[in-house]
Amino acid sequence: MSQDKSVLLNIKNLIIEGYSDEKWVGIVHGVDLTLHRGEVMGLIGESGAGKSTIGLAAMGFTKDGCRIGEGSSIEFDGMELTTTPESDLQSLRGARIAYVAQSAAASFNPAHKLIDQHTEAPIQYRIKKRLESQEDAMELYERLRLPNPKEIGFRYPHQVSGGQLQRAMTAMAMACRPDLIIFDEPTTALDVTTQIEVLSAIRDIVDQFDTAALYITHDLAVVAQMADVIKVLLKGNEVEEADTRTMLENPQDDYTKSLWAVRDFKRDQKPRPSDDTALVTVKNVDASYGDTPVLHDVSFDIYRGMTVAVVGESGSGKSTVARCITGLLPPTKGEILFQGEALPPDYRDRTKDQLRQAQMIYQMADTALNPKVKICDIIGRPAQFYSGLHGPALKNRVDELLDLIELDPSKYYNRYPPELSGGQKQRIGIARSLAAEPTFIICDEVTSALDQLVAEGILRLLDKLQNELDLSYMFITHDLATVRSIADEVVVMQYGKVVEQGPKDEMFTPPHHEYTDLLLSSVPEMDPDWLTTLLDERGTDSTD
Amino acid sequence: MNYFIIGFYALLIGGSSLAAYYQKRTAFILLFSLTLVSFVMGIVGGEAMLWTVTIGAGLIAFSAGVSYSFREFLVVILPPNGAKAMRTAPLTAGFGLFVIFTYAIAGIFAPIIAPFGEAEVISSAFAPADENMLLGADQLGRDMFSRIIYGARNTVGLALLATILAFVMGATAGLYAATKGGKLDQLLGRIVDVIMSIPSLIFSLLLLSIFGTNTVTLIIVIAIIYAPRVFRLARSVGGNVVVMDYIEAAKLRGEGTWYLIRKEILPNSTAPLIAEFGLEFCFVFLLVAGLSFLGLGIQPPTADWGSMVRENATLISFGEITPLIPAGAIALLTVAVNFVVDWMLYRSSGLKE
Repeated sequence: MSQDKSVLLNIKNLIIEGYSDEKWVGIVHGVDLTLHRGEVMGLIGESGAGKSTIGLAAMGFTKDGCRIGEGSSIEFDGMELTTTPESDLQSLRGARIAYVAQSAAASFNPAHKLIDQHTEAPIQYRIKKRLESQEDAMELYERLRLPNPKEIGFRYPHQVSGGQLQRAMTAMAMACRPDLIIFDEPTTALDVTTQIEVLSAIRDIVDQFDTAALYITHDLAVVAQMADVIKVLLKGNEVEEADTRTMLENPQDDYTKSLWAVRDFKRDQKPRPSDDTALVTVKNVDASYGDTPVLHDVSFDIYRGMTVAVVGESGSGKSTVARCITGLLPPTKGEILFQGEALPPDYRDRTKDQLRQAQMIYQMADTALNPKVKICDIIGRPAQFYSGLHGPALKNRVDELLDLIELDPSKYYNRYPPELSGGQKQRIGIARSLAAEPTFIICDEVTSALDQLVAEGILRLLDKLQNELDLSYMFITHDLATVRSIADEVVVMQYGKVVEQGPKDEMFTPPHHEYTDLLLSSVPEMDPDWLTTLLDERGTDSTD
Repeated sequence: MNYFIIGFYALLIGGSSLAAYYQKRTAFILLFSLTLVSFVMGIVGGEAMLWTVTIGAGLIAFSAGVSYSFREFLVVILPPNGAKAMRTAPLTAGFGLFVIFTYAIAGIFAPIIAPFGEAEVISSAFAPADENMLLGADQLGRDMFSRIIYGARNTVGLALLATILAFVMGATAGLYAATKGGKLDQLLGRIVDVIMSIPSLIFSLLLLSIFGTNTVTLIIVIAIIYAPRVFRLARSVGGNVVVMDYIEAAKLRGEGTWYLIRKEILPNSTAPLIAEFGLEFCFVFLLVAGLSFLGLGIQPPTADWGSMVRENATLISFGEITPLIPAGAIALLTVAVNFVVDWMLYRSSGLKE
């Protein structure tokens, strides 16, 4: 702990308000925060907890339509940021306080080379000359263990991978050797194997330069690796704060305990029905996008009432399998069987009933629901389309479906999707697929855009629905915790091939395939020493 | 020095002092810069110039007042949703809506409002204004005011019909091309390129010479000329919508193309399309006026602003501004429509949230 070090950031009674519906509404209600030099503080909480808003406020910045309320004080190294003029704040940002955003891909300017964006701040603040700054960038790239540190900076953002981009962004934040870096969910968009590389790189560099950091995330296991102190937030209020080990071993508040307990949901594995034919069979499927082959000889079966999880990192072809099954991407070789009969490869050639049987739930509920259509029409349309329901019968069916997904019909019937939270939208997505009365549902990363508590709710709901309606799921995910809780069988994919498949319990007990082992060991655990131990085991040169 | 000048400066200086005292920054800057400008203008142009400034300021204040009260009126009478949108609308939008509203009333109730018929000869050619005729007579002795009122109906009505037709054709084809893609998209795109590569005025002159000039051909020709622009907008907006997951979900459900366009894509493309509607309406309006000016548009004796400018153009040599009044009517409507369109663009750009 760094109690002996001087205070770098001291936030007192921070109130932030947002303008909506013609009045100011509180987003953060009087949060206090003290950060010492060289200390890393983890801010955790579900979405809407105000974590990112506090992170931005630490730079004296608020998003458009927000303002810092009366009586707030943000003191950075003796400077009161709430009263500092904007021009002085500008020269502070980038130079002494840096920000690493969630999506590096969206935060880099695609039209400029990495190193030019890196050197922008030091040159502007006249801290370094261009050449000096470039050399420094290369050194930082090397410290962050990027491949070819001498050359990688001269690439454009789209020419490097997501994990590398996130590290390049961390290097950029380091360019002026700031006193404080704000990490806003830097690894949330990455899959587990890449996440480890980024986490260890960030941790090392923060250590080396003794930089203070605010680490914002909703993933407890991640924050346990990174932070010295953890602060839990809920709806703009502080729940509790303690140093990492105390917090993990002995959380005080009920809310914190519930966060800790999220990963406990686990369902017993169901055996395959013995004498049945498989509901869906993927048989020796090859597929390609244009001339690029993506799937090679993929085969697996999904039995009635079971959940098959398809796992792998991004680019492994798991979503492509789903596109082949739904008929959006006709396979170049092999076939898809439904209850023993071959389905036409193109969805346009399938009958209405074949289309009805297989439904899909999407990862991003935001883009999966038409924002200009009312909830009742979103859910009602499949019921109307397939079953020919209309009038009061249709309304009853929609009410029934809303009840099924545990949303109050009288409240949500006439709403539009943008008025709903992420978890509620995902529930509507589920209701839409149920409206078709399918036997088979493809869940494409349905929980990865959600907070853990919300995600757990969705998983429990899916499990309940499976029991009630005898559904079969194909569960595409990169999150092995999800697999552990809901799957019956697991298919591991890498580079468009099935590496290993089998019942869940078998898959989670050694011996594993080498790649399965890598995936499994990369899932962050709550133990604060997990990352250190793991990296020691793998040896330091394991990255990339 | 007379009382007017003394009063003029006293008012300005008093006003700016008050604004400064109450810390109304924008009001102060406005009033005080007006004072400074008036000093210069007073020295250069004398009292007459100051009168002009006074009248100009009065006009602006008057239209601001009208727009403000019209906006408040709309807030009161509209249902909650519309009222909320109106309350946050800028004053310019209020002004635009007011002008459009006035034109609409004039156009719809033209026979009741206008004191004489549009083709009725009631006086000698170019008779000056008197108590009978508000704006005097035109080159055949018809009442200018009545003809302007009827012109609102003819010119605006024709432009509106042509724009709507252009939008129905362009938007349907554009969204269809975006949904279907492939060869059909290419084919439609190239046809549109061909139409757009011919200058619109020349193309319309050509078509009108071939098919003859009557209202129906005029509307169709103008719609064909303007549909390609709508097509391109609709296609690009639709192109961004068709890649969304909810379109994929609808396709997998087995929905037909027409349903996709109508229920899924169109509701998500309306904002830019409406904004474009306002702009295109202005262009169409100007093209109609231009064609009338060339004698190929609406045929006499039907009143039309474009041809009214041409017919009375000789009056300009005698220092009369009468021919400029229909031109001013066109300009005012164009400005008003653009004010409203700007507001809609602002709303659809997502800045409102």
